[in-house]
Amino acid sequence: MNHSPLSRRAVLKGGAALAGAAALAPLPQRAAASGNLTVGFIYVGPKDDFGYNQAHAEGAAAVKAMEGVTVVEEENVAETIDVQKSMESMINFDGTTLLFPTSFGYFDPHILEVAPKYPELRFQHCGGLWQEGVHPGNVGSYFGYIGMGQYLNGITAGHATQTGKIGFVAAKPIPQVLLNINSYLLGARAVDPSITCQVIFTGEWSLAVKEAEATNALADAGCDVVTCHVDGPKVVMETAASRGMFLNGYHADQSALGADKYLTGAEWNWAQVYTDMVRATMAGEPIPNFVRGGLAENFVKMSPLGPAVSDAARNQFEATRAEILKGGFAVIEGPLKDNRGNVIAAEGQAFEESDVALESMDYLVEGVVGSTS
Amino acid sequence: MEGDLGLWAIPLAILGGAIRVSTPFLFVSLGEVLTERSGRINLGLEGTLVFGAMSGYAVAYLTGSAWAGVLAAAAAGSVFGLVHGVLCSLPRVNDIAIGIALMLLGMGLAFYFGKPFIQPVAPDLPAIPLGWWAESPQVQAALRVNVLFLVGIVAAVAVWWMFRATRVGLLIRVVGDSTDAARAMGLRPAVIRTLATAAGGAFAGVGGAYLSLFYPGSWNEGISSGQGLMAVALVIFARWNPIACFWAAILFGGAGALGPALQSVGVTEGYYLFYAAPYVLTLGVLIATSSPTRAMTGAPAELSITK
Repeated sequence: MNHSPLSRRAVLKGGAALAGAAALAPLPQRAAASGNLTVGFIYVGPKDDFGYNQAHAEGAAAVKAMEGVTVVEEENVAETIDVQKSMESMINFDGTTLLFPTSFGYFDPHILEVAPKYPELRFQHCGGLWQEGVHPGNVGSYFGYIGMGQYLNGITAGHATQTGKIGFVAAKPIPQVLLNINSYLLGARAVDPSITCQVIFTGEWSLAVKEAEATNALADAGCDVVTCHVDGPKVVMETAASRGMFLNGYHADQSALGADKYLTGAEWNWAQVYTDMVRATMAGEPIPNFVRGGLAENFVKMSPLGPAVSDAARNQFEATRAEILKGGFAVIEGPLKDNRGNVIAAEGQAFEESDVALESMDYLVEGVVGSTS
Repeated sequence: MEGDLGLWAIPLAILGGAIRVSTPFLFVSLGEVLTERSGRINLGLEGTLVFGAMSGYAVAYLTGSAWAGVLAAAAAGSVFGLVHGVLCSLPRVNDIAIGIALMLLGMGLAFYFGKPFIQPVAPDLPAIPLGWWAESPQVQAALRVNVLFLVGIVAAVAVWWMFRATRVGLLIRVVGDSTDAARAMGLRPAVIRTLATAAGGAFAGVGGAYLSLFYPGSWNEGISSGQGLMAVALVIFARWNPIACFWAAILFGGAGALGPALQSVGVTEGYYLFYAAPYVLTLGVLIATSSPTRAMTGAPAELSITK
């Protein structure tokens, strides 16, 4: 009983064409295969998110501009079996020999699963804790001491706040996020030790509505400066600006979103890191398995100070930055307690920026209103 | 002045959150009520919502008018609904499968065409400051009501009245309750269902425009995070009643604000649990109102999931 004016064949044809178009759309963009080194970048979100992925994509763009290099990129790859498939296809179809799967959750178990199958290739992961003897030798880990940037953010926040309450929209309570929260508060407390920092965890890296709700909740609680650690800070920045809060950026430069409310921001400088690593690979030099760097090594940079930053704030900011650039600066310095009253650093004890112990942080310091679970 | 509201901050945040977050739920669930009352399920509304968000933002940016964006989103949504309706009118085509296919297609197309619009800033929809009388900035912020929220309330009442008192509403209900009866009356069920699905898609598109043009107010690929799917489930929760859809949307919006609000007043333990609150609530209500002896009240008889 086919009453339809369309024959089944016509529908099938149309359907096939539609499916073809849909399948073509998400293919990773490919540069023309011209170089002798193919480098692959995998992002967990869109590469123009004003945040984590954009920072990495800017690094990839710098690599793309290098002579003799082909860059393959894929975005919106989930931290699931999907990333294993993406890596496999970059290796087998594109001939990629150096991979940068950039999201934290790609490391365990996905990179650890794929890397041993291709011992001659190199897998560089951002943020993971690579350990000698435990993890494959062709896997490397790199990260920057961006907590220092959040400390400098905190100094500008400490000068800008009127209410003595600053806010932090965080995704998940992992060590890097906790270090950023703690550094932000301690930076503000370097200005005024009575300042507190309210943190709200959204539970996911990218949840636009929840991030907006969290920012509104911070504004309602009386916070007047805010920063964040989510993948795309755009929603947090725009919502905070609409509530009249001062902004501290994160991941990438968000000054365009906050106009004169933007104080400064902690940004990644992956262009430097990636071009160095690719240059080393092309010269046949080994890349160390564990690479870390901060402001001094140019892994991390600060957004230019905004118009709302006072002279006093500017002076303290510049003085502290000079101190950090000398190396060996410690944000977590005794005597210091966590917000449950446990001692985390005794008198005279200090954890320098390069201290690996900071990368397994599981506490919020005294003055942070929030909980890790 | 930034007064400290103490624990009053929680009900205020829930109220504010309910007003801010509920609008997309409301529009998508109203659209789905229209579709399901005609006897079909359109699971593709999540894709329609995301595509509506993208197209609304893009058109608002290109034309400089947020309302042009809303219209474009409605038009795009009705095209998706039309495609669903036409495909499902073919013999032996399953509406649930088509819905899932259209959901994926809508999201894929939105991501593909939306690429150039992630960075630019489009004009926002205007808000009405209903909190002008209050001195507290928190109250003022909570009562900044968007025009689309009010439109949604009017639409909920209008759809309810349409089903109850108009010929169009009766036609949709007849088609949804018995294809055979509709045929006997000389109606063409496929046409009516297709039109109802297209109208439903337009509602979902407007819901998407609210997301990208008002709250959170920017286009990015994670903008919906499953709200379209939740809204489809809300329809069952609301028993296919447009007025109940409004309350369900308010409830979900408010419950979504509970987690951040509790953290902001210092109740910080167990936030993952608070975030699950709306879903626990749904389960509870569905269990409490279920019955082993009778079919779900209000369910259109031709619906493939309840038949």
